[in-house]
Amino acid sequence: MPTVVNRQTKCYHCGEDCEEGKIVLAEKQFCCEGCKTVFQILNENGLCDYYDLNNNPGQSLRVQVRKDKFSFLDDEKIIGQLIQFRNEGQIHITLYLPHIHCSSCLYLLEHLNKINPGVIKTTVNFTRKELSVIFDHKKISLRQLAELLTSIGYEPYISLNNLGGKKPRVPRTLIYQLGVAGFCFANIMLLSFPEYLGLEAAEKHLQYAFRYINLVLALPVLLFSALPFYESAWKSLQHKFLNIDAPIVLAIWVTFFRSVVEVFTDTGGGYFDSFSGIVFFMLIGRVLQDKTYQQLSFERDYTSYFPIAVTVLKEEKEVPTALPDIKPGDTLLIHNEELVPADGILTRGKAFIDYSFVTGESLPVLKEMGEIIYAGGKQTGGNMELLVVKEVSQSYLTKLWNKDEGKITGEKGQSFVHLLSQYFTYIVLAIALATAAYWYFNDQSRLWPAVTAILIIACPCALLLSNSFTNGNILRILSRNKLYLRNAQTIEELAMVNHIVFDKTGTLTTTRQHDIVFEGEPLNGEAIHAIAALAAQSSHPLSKGLVRHLGRNKLTVQAFREETGRGIEGFINGDLYALGSREFITGQANQTGGTRVYIAREGRCLGYFSFKNHYRNDVNHLLGELRGNYPLAVISGDNAAERMSLQQLAGKNTTLLFNQQPHDKLAFISALQENGKKVMMVGDGLNDAIAMQQANVGIAMAEDTNTFTPASDGILESTQLGKLHKFIQLCKANKQIVLASFVMSIVYNIIGLYFAVQGNLSPLIAAILMPSSSLSIILLTYGSSSAVAKWLRL
Amino acid sequence: MGVIVLLLIASISVAAIFLVAFIWSVKSGQYDDEFSPPVRMLFDDKPKTNSNQ
Repeated sequence: MPTVVNRQTKCYHCGEDCEEGKIVLAEKQFCCEGCKTVFQILNENGLCDYYDLNNNPGQSLRVQVRKDKFSFLDDEKIIGQLIQFRNEGQIHITLYLPHIHCSSCLYLLEHLNKINPGVIKTTVNFTRKELSVIFDHKKISLRQLAELLTSIGYEPYISLNNLGGKKPRVPRTLIYQLGVAGFCFANIMLLSFPEYLGLEAAEKHLQYAFRYINLVLALPVLLFSALPFYESAWKSLQHKFLNIDAPIVLAIWVTFFRSVVEVFTDTGGGYFDSFSGIVFFMLIGRVLQDKTYQQLSFERDYTSYFPIAVTVLKEEKEVPTALPDIKPGDTLLIHNEELVPADGILTRGKAFIDYSFVTGESLPVLKEMGEIIYAGGKQTGGNMELLVVKEVSQSYLTKLWNKDEGKITGEKGQSFVHLLSQYFTYIVLAIALATAAYWYFNDQSRLWPAVTAILIIACPCALLLSNSFTNGNILRILSRNKLYLRNAQTIEELAMVNHIVFDKTGTLTTTRQHDIVFEGEPLNGEAIHAIAALAAQSSHPLSKGLVRHLGRNKLTVQAFREETGRGIEGFINGDLYALGSREFITGQANQTGGTRVYIAREGRCLGYFSFKNHYRNDVNHLLGELRGNYPLAVISGDNAAERMSLQQLAGKNTTLLFNQQPHDKLAFISALQENGKKVMMVGDGLNDAIAMQQANVGIAMAEDTNTFTPASDGILESTQLGKLHKFIQLCKANKQIVLASFVMSIVYNIIGLYFAVQGNLSPLIAAILMPSSSLSIILLTYGSSSAVAKWLRL
Repeated sequence: MGVIVLLLIASISVAAIFLVAFIWSVKSGQYDDEFSPPVRMLFDDKPKTNSNQ
């Protein structure tokens, strides 16, 4: 293969490779006109600080956005459902901009009013990639605003999901509760010192003052900060199940009321410090664990894929219509690169549908007039018209999603911590009963102090602490490695997995790269350049792949012609070149078996490029690691053309299934589960989504976290796939760590119980024992989970 | 004696001020986005307040 002679440089705006000297402005190189335009806009408005904050911060604008794409934003009804506030002067709206990625974006977007004075104020929420805009709707319409954002490279993503119903805010209650608990805990600790150190008899009234202040400070902890535990315990009791929060609530209440009794009867200072400290520490653990990734959404369904509105043709006029309002019998105009939202019959134009979302088949299929096109496909070859036969809510894809809703959202198994805590609770209650019986017959005055002391000291908060702190740390380590789990429960699910199912296309293989091999008579450098130049004219995925493979150049193509779904041709340096399907080039019928692009010069076929899926680099290593420990399966929506090479890669014991539809994948997983398997499904597209929901753990692969991933238990950035086996090991370590710290807390409990059953647990002992056990457990869990991660080189 | 009472009042009220400041900071949305505000203040022209719409 000859080397590409053109010198490559980086685009000043987006950093993509481009040719030197082709598009230049103010001595800066650009890869395309779009990038240059953005630079011009920013330059004219004095916003070039954008480029000083980061190198090449922009987004490539090679793919142009269709002119009327946002025409639906002229529709008052749709606007009304999107905006948050409007009066005569201004509109407030929050838009999701997936391209926000660095401080330059922040700078540019918050200075939007310099570009258009109609914008009053813009605020970026970086973590959620959202832009809150206040604008004057007399000066700039919502549509113009969306187009303005698009023109500078930040196209807002508005999907069916945005219609109706405001998104719930991130709950702040837990943070308030933590703050209040911390405040009360610190003050109660301070005011408890005199109690421990002892006060002279003459200063009895001071002691009373301290005790009553402590009591008052403990009230907000009892009534406000501890609420999450009450809720959780109450829910579990309603399901006739004793979860870990139930004994904790019992311990909290017993501690509080015992302390109140002590204060009122003047028998002691109570345990307000331990009481508030426990609530405080447990809330920290919970916040740590609940720290969800706000920019990632795990609960996506088809509505986040579908556009908010499509163009309906009514009496020769194009009317943008909100998706739910589409009726059977409407004629839709679907533009290039648009998603088909409802099942319909093709009535005009040529459809070249990319069903990879639905079936996993990575290359587009050609549909002729009169054929039915299912929702979820993406048109890739020009405009087409579609006669709707089913409403959006009735279409194949939507039905698929809704079919198993009830089953999918069902229970996913109980945490082993809850099981442990159940035994724990019964044992504690038994000890308390035995002690009560003993003192009842021996010394009745010590009965209540002893029983309450047991319940206080034996509170399983150490267990809860160790669990939530270990989980929190593991979630943090995983997310540092770009695996984002939905919640802590998923860690345990992941540890228990004993069957792993992979999707092939997009998961084991990458859709961005193909292995391309040329077969035919040898091509000289001139021909290769010509083919590359011709392919660069087309937006077809195969052409794009070919350009990546052969490299860009600046040869000009004359008389370019594209036949959608068949091929392209044009003159380069006076020669007529053609690229396309076998039928387009040779006139013979297409043959099956692999994807090929035939080429011809001056009407003579030179050979073909064959395209094979490119397996991710670390797949071989990963499958080798996993093969020894787990039964594996690879299911693919593609045809069986690659069975041989895949079987070699995955090992002979791996189950391979081809031509699998979404419901086949679902059935496969359900069948495994019926045989008692705990299944992990790793997939990427909408086509895997239902299978991933059915699986015990569903991991969605994402090329980058900006892209839209289907509903799942975890999102994994595709570059990190090779570490999957390490992630599983780390999750398995979680259980050991929790068990180890549980043993440690039992040791503490035994020491405490030794004093408690005798009925002489002094506040001092409780005050030393409780925080020291909590702290050492926090250290143990944090330290050991970090050590395991280090050992695994994560 | 009087000193202790004074200290008590002082320490609790200082702590209370911190609590109020904390609640205010949560309310104003400081914990919603931990990236933007520190970067925003570095922009050269007039800084913007982080009002949480």
